Amino acid sequence: MGKRVGMEVSIAAAEAVGLCDVDVIAAYPITPQTHIVEHLSELVADGHLDAEFIPVESEHSAMSTCVGSAAAGARTFTSTASQGYALMAEICYIASSMRLPIVMAVANRALSAPINIWNDHSDMMMARDTGWIQTVAENGQEVVDLIIHAFRVAEDHRVLLPVMVNLDGFILTHMIEPIILPDKEEVDRYLPPYKPKMRLDPQNPLTFGPVGMPEVYTEAKKAQDEALKGSKAVIVEAWREFEKQFGRSYKPVETYKADDAEIIILTMGSISETAMTAVDKMRAAGQKVGLVRLRLWRPFPAEELIDALKGAKALAVVDRSLPFSGGCGPVCVEVKSALFDRGLSPYVQNFLAGLGGRDVTVEDFEAMAAKVSDGLAKGLPMGYEIMNVRE
Amino acid sequence: MAKETGIVSWKELALGCTLTEPGSAAQLKTGDWRSMRPVTDFELCNKCGQCYIFCPDMVYSQNEEGFYEADYYYCKGCGICARECPKDAIQMVEEGD
Repeated sequence: MGKRVGMEVSIAAAEAVGLCDVDVIAAYPITPQTHIVEHLSELVADGHLDAEFIPVESEHSAMSTCVGSAAAGARTFTSTASQGYALMAEICYIASSMRLPIVMAVANRALSAPINIWNDHSDMMMARDTGWIQTVAENGQEVVDLIIHAFRVAEDHRVLLPVMVNLDGFILTHMIEPIILPDKEEVDRYLPPYKPKMRLDPQNPLTFGPVGMPEVYTEAKKAQDEALKGSKAVIVEAWREFEKQFGRSYKPVETYKADDAEIIILTMGSISETAMTAVDKMRAAGQKVGLVRLRLWRPFPAEELIDALKGAKALAVVDRSLPFSGGCGPVCVEVKSALFDRGLSPYVQNFLAGLGGRDVTVEDFEAMAAKVSDGLAKGLPMGYEIMNVRE
Repeated sequence: MAKETGIVSWKELALGCTLTEPGSAAQLKTGDWRSMRPVTDFELCNKCGQCYIFCPDMVYSQNEEGFYEADYYYCKGCGICARECPKDAIQMVEEGD
């Protein structure tokens, strides 16, 4: 096993990509993702990583290059954030529809306007319906582990879909944390060399990305939907294998003191660690509060979520991007849908917090728990509220 | 053949809707879009091949005598051949007539 060392999370993410023997990296720098691709370009330039680093002129070109590279049968990585993702989005749909196992780290950042380089989940929620697998890291070690896991899942012939590893911009990317980088041999045992099922090859010509007439488009999308839904079993299996190899355990839905909880806070990403501190504090005061965290965002783990929420009377669901007049934020939409489909109706309040880099504090989580407790007792209307907005 | 034209179950589509057979677009019947059909008067035709050159699909091909004959499996009835024919040998005729 590798040694535990202090390291910036972006550097660790790049090192993890290097450990995965990536063949092609095509990327365009954007805050707060910059250090990831900068370090990868150094690894390639200094001869530590035998890969092609393609410095493209935009994110649209970055993902286009990745599509070509993955279609040719190369292990491919890119990384972006926010506006960069927005420019890349068109090709992201194509990557998943063409079943290309690209891995991308997204340093989650707010979207303009007003211009804001800080952390929220607007970019990953824009990616919600692109058909990519999406996992979410809470700390630096998880970023490393999820990147290694991502290549194994993406390239599995039962999956063959691109994977997006989400890490909160600045809060994770620019933090120096104690991180264990696995040995290369360990990663090699976990991650077999990429064997494409179909690839662009003059000896065996194929047409990738042809037109799909009305007679075929519906069936093509059904096949893609089934592939994404079916990937969950492989994602879980790959986490089990990861635990055997590296000793660290991951699940689609993680819980913290949630078993007997009457009030559950639901989070995703790095704020979960702050939420744990808040749960500890409220537990010490005798409140039955627990925490449920989504590790897997797509495919959405509805069964695992319902299992984790069972017994709770009230839920405080945190969203980090705006629904703009919708019923609630994207995470809460999924939560409510999963509950409704099963005839369950706890009290659910949606809190929009941590927008554009605003801190979410222990006190904020205490306030959320108090609000849902109050709402449940008084039968207050459910909906969403923007936390701590100045009137 | 059905696999390439897409008239199959979603379970039978190739990964990512990839086409595994070259030239499979030739199987796509575009002739059922047509409301007007080109009819060539071979008394006027001088085998110049303008209809073959201008046809945006793959309707025209030369027969043994060198005349260009239409394959209505592909003809969408656009009328370009009739417009371009320097001998006015091609007339567009209403389908069903």
